[in-house]
Amino acid sequence: MLSARLIPVRIGQRFCSATAQLSSELKTKIDGIIKKDPVVVFMKGTQKEPMCGFSRNVKLVLDHHQVTFKDYNVLEDSELREGIKKYSDWPTIPQVYVKGEFVGGADILIQMHKDGEISDFFDGKQVPNKYGNQKLT
Amino acid sequence: MATVTTNGPIQALITTKLRQRFLPSHLTVVCESYMHNVPKGAEKHFNVQIVSEEFEGKSVIQRHRLVNECLAEELAGPVHALRIDAVPTSKWKGQEPAPSPACRGGGHL
Repeated sequence: MLSARLIPVRIGQRFCSATAQLSSELKTKIDGIIKKDPVVVFMKGTQKEPMCGFSRNVKLVLDHHQVTFKDYNVLEDSELREGIKKYSDWPTIPQVYVKGEFVGGADILIQMHKDGEISDFFDGKQVPNKYGNQKLT
Repeated sequence: MATVTTNGPIQALITTKLRQRFLPSHLTVVCESYMHNVPKGAEKHFNVQIVSEEFEGKSVIQRHRLVNECLAEELAGPVHALRIDAVPTSKWKGQEPAPSPACRGGGHL
């Protein structure tokens, strides 16, 4: 059963190669999503129930710094799942956006945390965070 | 001095591409699919640690983009997850890459 499920997914990914164009409709939709909330994460699963270890790590880093974020579950929206990769020219999920700007995936968030720069980063973007100037009230 | 720990065809391809593109002084390509909810022998999750002059003076996001570009074909096709630890030669002190996250069961999705 498992291998039978794998086949359509893999074929689907090949059709949506990085060179394919993003429709203007979808681009407008993503533009809207990433500007609607200060911190947006496109992830596999939800904040409450991440379905992938990388998505979970992003959530854990943001939770640790008490940064609130809006989650979009790409597993429930295949158009968004492929579209977001083209939008940012970044081939993997999760993807983190702050104030409408692409920041990176799980490795980058963890590195920012380990390097101690994540608090300054959120301060710079005027996003409240635990160890920053502006805390959650 | 590239190290390869197992020998699947996709892993070999990734190793070759990275070696040619970045002329790394250190390279490890580890297939971590065994940690995930995928059929035995699947090559879908990789952990790459690469040290190269090419990464000097570049931000972490730029370094990741260079590696992603090099492996765009694999990422658009068979590869589901790629951990990247791209280190400029001047910052390389033999550090271990960060451990990969535990599977949450969604590897087949």
